[in-house]
Amino acid sequence: MQTRVAIDDSLASEKKATGTLVGSLFDMYRSNLRFSVGISIIFLFLVFGFIVPLLAPVQPAKWHTVPRDLPPQLGHLLGTTSLGQSVFWFLSRAIGNSFVIGFVVAALGTVVGVIVGIVAGFNRGILSTGIGILIDTFIAIPALPILILLAFLLQGKASIFLLCAILSAFNWAWPARQVRSMVLTIRERAFIDVAFFANESTWRIIYKEILPHILSWAGANFTNTVLVAIGSEMGLAVLGLSSPERPTLGTMIYWALQYQALLRGIWWWLVPPVVTTVVLFVSLFLTSSGLQDYRAVHRVEA
Amino acid sequence: MRLARYLLTRIVSYLLIIMVGMTIVFVVPRLTPQNPVVSMVARLTSQGTFMEPEALEAMRSSLMETFGLSGTLWQQYLSFWKRAITGDFGPSFAVFPTPVNELIVNALPWTMGLLIVSTLIAWIIGNFVGVVAGYRKGRWYSRVLESIAVVIYPIPYYILALILILLASYGFGIFVVGVGGYAIGLRPGWNWPFVSSVIKNSLLPALSIILINYGWWFLSMKALSSDITEEDYVKFAEIKGIPAGQVMTRYVIRNALLPQVTQLAMALGTVFGGALLTEVIFAYPGLGSLVYMAVSNADYNLMMGINSLSIIAVATAGLIIDLAYPLLDPRVRY
Repeated sequence: MQTRVAIDDSLASEKKATGTLVGSLFDMYRSNLRFSVGISIIFLFLVFGFIVPLLAPVQPAKWHTVPRDLPPQLGHLLGTTSLGQSVFWFLSRAIGNSFVIGFVVAALGTVVGVIVGIVAGFNRGILSTGIGILIDTFIAIPALPILILLAFLLQGKASIFLLCAILSAFNWAWPARQVRSMVLTIRERAFIDVAFFANESTWRIIYKEILPHILSWAGANFTNTVLVAIGSEMGLAVLGLSSPERPTLGTMIYWALQYQALLRGIWWWLVPPVVTTVVLFVSLFLTSSGLQDYRAVHRVEA
Repeated sequence: MRLARYLLTRIVSYLLIIMVGMTIVFVVPRLTPQNPVVSMVARLTSQGTFMEPEALEAMRSSLMETFGLSGTLWQQYLSFWKRAITGDFGPSFAVFPTPVNELIVNALPWTMGLLIVSTLIAWIIGNFVGVVAGYRKGRWYSRVLESIAVVIYPIPYYILALILILLASYGFGIFVVGVGGYAIGLRPGWNWPFVSSVIKNSLLPALSIILINYGWWFLSMKALSSDITEEDYVKFAEIKGIPAGQVMTRYVIRNALLPQVTQLAMALGTVFGGALLTEVIFAYPGLGSLVYMAVSNADYNLMMGINSLSIIAVATAGLIIDLAYPLLDPRVRY
């Protein structure tokens, strides 16, 4: 509970912080331990996934660029795979690709979810009921079997963006439901009525009065969806249903398992992606729960 | 009167959710470019038996009928509903001609045994430890327990399964990495060698599920109970001199338990989907492995059978929770 104590101590300083996004991010970094630890590790991963691959002396995914099955040593920091790839360079490219998938899916899912949620929350008619049922259905249908089926149809041929689109289709319903219920409560507040009577347009009310209430929640949801999306792609990849030629954390595990890395004692092929996944997921979770904590404290303060 | 109206709208939306969900289950497999009947006929004829073209055509059309693929899409849709309502999903295509229902009934005890037991164990331990950590927040052990849960919970469950396999195969010999539901050569039955083999083979998959779920139950219980500990009535009970243990059980747990019970019901509803990747990784003979087999063989009937079951289970769990809420919490009225 150190985080919460730290937050309480810094409440006074938070009051001084300006309402700008940068200001509150900086403030959050100082006051919330979970957020600062999480975001720092994510930053390191971003550097490792997007900047380090630019320095690669070999094409990370290309076969037979280095001797096979070398254990970790000087020159091959994390060893090499049975396919003749350097684990270090492959891993860095894989992290980058997994991030791309996570970010695209989270952005699509959150934006669509927020829009649908606002429409469903603001509309008081058949449209609202219809969207409500659609949302509940998408929450109730088992995503994984259908994802596996779709991936099976597209095996290997799916472009990264088609894959992202499919994953997004299963990640808009939850934010939509949350935003809808938030809009439903905000809509009943007096200031919305005042705005209506002041002859403000609906769009302006949504933009000026409702969106700011939702944005901080959307931030936490975004981070969480990055985690879910990377995890879903990984699940598909472990079954060999993503596109195996593209390096991601999941396909790396897939190839290691395909070549019996475990039985043959080539642990350096399997352990790096597994450890990376664990650290990455924990840091994403810390960031998103830090954002939620911060939001909760701010709401009390306001 | 309000209760009746609430009941009516809730039940209508329950039925609609099932209808829309099942329609999605119907449509998605039909996007497959491969026609299961064509490949099945090819499989049969490639085994060397010569068949007259007329006989081949007759077989093709009777197979189309069996798999619900004859007629227009609309006719297929209607016959799909007829099958779903009568609860007969026809023969499986991957394991022809075993009925889908038989495959599901065989796999169900495995999945339910594994998932219900591990979900309940995780729920009990997670809630118990969570309430202690929430009530005694700020103590060193609460912080340690929370850190452990924060690290375990976000890990994808199949990655945790892989980690357990890694640990088991590199030196931690207490766990045996079993493949399948029981050791090869044993006959299923109520005898000790079989039962012990089942337990041994389920240990690792169960542990991976328990650990992840434990993280979730712990974190939510801790958040709930640390909020409740701040309430005035808990402070008052403490000032009154009620022993801490009693405050925890009578005041904190009772108020925190309600959301946890509803979530447990939801979690038990999802059991019918199976723990897909865990089962595939451990070659466990449950519903998850069955789904995987169905998908990789384009087995329409089997896919529809399992997915319908799991949609109905999740929707029903949601309905039961909503209807039971007033019974569990007297403050809720409709």
